Amino acid sequence: MGRNSVIQARRMIYADYTSSTPVLQEVKQEMLPYFDEFYANPSNLHDFALKARRAVEGAREKVAQLLGASSEEIIFTSGGAEANNLAIKGVIQANKARGRHVVVSAVEHYSIMHPLQSLAREGVQFTRVGVDEHGRVNVEELEKAIRDDTILISVQHANHEVGTLQPIKEIAEIAEERGITFHCDGVSAAGAVPAKVEELGVDIYTLSAHRFYGPKGVGALYLARGVRLLPLIEGGIQERGYRAGTENVAGIVGMGKAAELAEREMSQRLEKLRTLRSRFIEALHREVPEAKINGHPSEVNPMYVHVSVPGVEGEAVVAELSSRGIYITSGSPCMARAAKASHVLAAMGLSQELIRGAMLFSFGIPTSEADVARVAQEAGEVINRLRER
Amino acid sequence: MRRVYLDYASTTPVDERVVEAMLPYFTEKYGNPTSFYSFGQEAKAAVEEARAKVAELINASSEEIIFTSGGTEACNLAIKGFALKNKNKGKHIVVSKIEHFAVLEACRWLEKQGFEVSYLDVDEYGLVKPETLEGAIKSDTILAIINHANNEIGTIEPIKELAEVAQDKGVAFFSDACISNGQVEIDVEELGVDLLAMSAHKMYGPKGIGALFVARGTRLEPMFHGGGQERKLRSGTENVPGIVGFGKAAEIAKKEMKGEAERLTKLRDELIKEVLKIPRTRLNGHPKQRLPGNANFAFAFIEGEGLILELDFEGISASTGSACSSPTLEPSHVLTAIGLSHAEAHGSLRVTLGRFSTREDVQRLLEVLPRVVKRLRDISPFKDSFEDYVEGTEWKGGEHCHV
Amino acid sequence: MYSKILIDHFRNPRNMGRMENPDGVGKVGNPACGDVMYIYIKVGKNEKGEEIIEDIKFETFGCAAAIGTSSMVTELAKGKTLEEAAKISKEDVADAVGGLPPIKMHCSLLASDGLKAAIEDYKKKKAGKGDVSEG
Repeated sequence: MGRNSVIQARRMIYADYTSSTPVLQEVKQEMLPYFDEFYANPSNLHDFALKARRAVEGAREKVAQLLGASSEEIIFTSGGAEANNLAIKGVIQANKARGRHVVVSAVEHYSIMHPLQSLAREGVQFTRVGVDEHGRVNVEELEKAIRDDTILISVQHANHEVGTLQPIKEIAEIAEERGITFHCDGVSAAGAVPAKVEELGVDIYTLSAHRFYGPKGVGALYLARGVRLLPLIEGGIQERGYRAGTENVAGIVGMGKAAELAEREMSQRLEKLRTLRSRFIEALHREVPEAKINGHPSEVNPMYVHVSVPGVEGEAVVAELSSRGIYITSGSPCMARAAKASHVLAAMGLSQELIRGAMLFSFGIPTSEADVARVAQEAGEVINRLRER
Repeated sequence: MRRVYLDYASTTPVDERVVEAMLPYFTEKYGNPTSFYSFGQEAKAAVEEARAKVAELINASSEEIIFTSGGTEACNLAIKGFALKNKNKGKHIVVSKIEHFAVLEACRWLEKQGFEVSYLDVDEYGLVKPETLEGAIKSDTILAIINHANNEIGTIEPIKELAEVAQDKGVAFFSDACISNGQVEIDVEELGVDLLAMSAHKMYGPKGIGALFVARGTRLEPMFHGGGQERKLRSGTENVPGIVGFGKAAEIAKKEMKGEAERLTKLRDELIKEVLKIPRTRLNGHPKQRLPGNANFAFAFIEGEGLILELDFEGISASTGSACSSPTLEPSHVLTAIGLSHAEAHGSLRVTLGRFSTREDVQRLLEVLPRVVKRLRDISPFKDSFEDYVEGTEWKGGEHCHV
Repeated sequence: MYSKILIDHFRNPRNMGRMENPDGVGKVGNPACGDVMYIYIKVGKNEKGEEIIEDIKFETFGCAAAIGTSSMVTELAKGKTLEEAAKISKEDVADAVGGLPPIKMHCSLLASDGLKAAIEDYKKKKAGKGDVSEG
């Protein structure tokens, strides 16, 4: 028993639930039989395949319920990125004859922006609509950006970096009035905050299972009846022809269970996270009074606490906390790899100093109040020490 | 009733050892591999270890392996991605007529985008002759596509010779090896292919994960853009447990493939010998040059769906043609390409053996099959030929049929 | 996918087999499409003197739905007058087997068409015989 065991005794704290969440035990248990017991290919004729087919359809029903949709409106994909690509490219390909212009917010995820940039080489045009200092889309500006040849509006439900919830209903009304398909990337919202498609008024909505305690490698697209879309992956009649490929049965079952639990426990989870969020902010402010909380103060997914501290490097704080067994991020994980400055924070008008000093804490179901207190205290320590240098 | 699963070509159970390897990545090591910190890097390391194992199985290097959500995506990425990226060099593609729908549909998509596609004939066994390929290649041909083995009839193509023809003409070569990888040895170096598609759930790994081998220097346009994962060729958070499972499945296959292939070949040959004793029965595909676990038959005068159901009542799972093709009510394009009439193609049965198949399984099939075939033949109006139909029968009620 | 009734008719087909010297034969379908039905009838008379289907048999090349609906149509037709039997529709057959998946609906059409074809064949032969006797 040396010093090592003392260090190990300090439990690691994961505070990066917006990068990925653990699969809940109940979800995992539900998935297990579909690996080596009910492993048939759902497309097959024999009776053994029926079990797999029913499992997929049961999961579809649960995901539909989470969104208040009907199950024929749910298409399973390999994740949020594929679903976003399918929505963007699929709508554009299906509506080529009507127009080639797309309106998006300036703070969308890369899986929205990059497909658009790639399509721009083929003549697709897009307009980026600005956001206010909280990251909320300017609806008037969005309305003005619409052209006669606009075929698609795509605005996220919650921002992937700061958690700000967008005025989806207002945008949906405009889209409906103008007869334009409205896609909403709900990867950073679905399963965490209420997302009933009828109420939101969206035509297409993206979800990712691993963001609400389901497995990685599975996502879904809600596609309202009558919305036209061409597939990206062809070669089979699975998912009503919108997405070919043998169904990831275990993954889909996991997503269904995660959706069921999210629907059932949403209000408790939200209450807990709101409490954790305010406790954390209070505690952090005691340590670092000048820490600026980014994103909308109330219209926010409460998993997110996005912070900027002037005079420190967010990256340095992340690294230092990591060595203490506390895992947070300095931005979206994809951005971390790209090592680029955040286009989200720039669009919100943050100064270069605040962008450099940005870090994201996020909490989840397993997080305790003690965890939050320790994260705030150690983050305060790290920040203050780094600023002394 | 004990279930006798004889449909390994549709999908395989996940090997227990693979499930074991995957489990920690659901609930414990759940970090996002893209995260910088150690917890994310642990997931990243697991992904890279799996990549090395998948690469090793086909004698590739790790950087040449791109993980996808499965074989269908891998085929789509290979074909669309290659064609779109290289369209300045030419817009002609050659492909065999017996490919999986994932390949054929991707080719049809390219036709809609202004590419020209030539479909290559196969011989009675399903083999593509090198001279057929050579004859189809034109000055603007950019890609040749031939499956490593056929998923319905099991015929293994002479990929090395075919790839050589393509290489001589400066044409890239893609082979769909979803059904054969892990069953028979594949060495991309020796075969000389530029692109090769793989699927985990056909080799005792999980569904929802596959991979594309992309030889160094081969350039593709991605289908999904976004976070830039998989060397920017395939964006999206990595399916860590799925990838780890695929890696484990590849590792097991590497170790056990040879012995397993010998065992299954023996079992399969016994099965074929016995089934061919049923009158008016033919074996589809090559008698020798075929996947170890694959047997495909055509029973004259009966229809495959009834056969599958009858076997199912006896607890035996088998398949008729490609699983994906059955709901369309179309006869298998593979069987018609090797020369079966549509009527004959309807009476096909695919039996595929795998890692957990036993001699008892085969015996159970042999006990049930002759009886079932006889019962359905008793119901059929055709006893000696389909000729009777031709005389004096009005053609009615066939609107679903696109013959 | 299939109802219990259909499965029962597939596994235990009624009136299955070839009929020697039938009064009428209906042959419908196409082996290339995967379904062919032969319906054989023997015609008799009831106490009112109306022509009825006294005996009926079928042979079918096709899927479980084709075999099951063939069997069902023979049960529905047996003992009926020719007029009643000719009115059996594809919906009647589909309902009687407890419904069919949409993609298999053509199978019930084929069964009712086969029966109609057998009745027509009988009438044609009878009319032919009549011509001979008159001439």
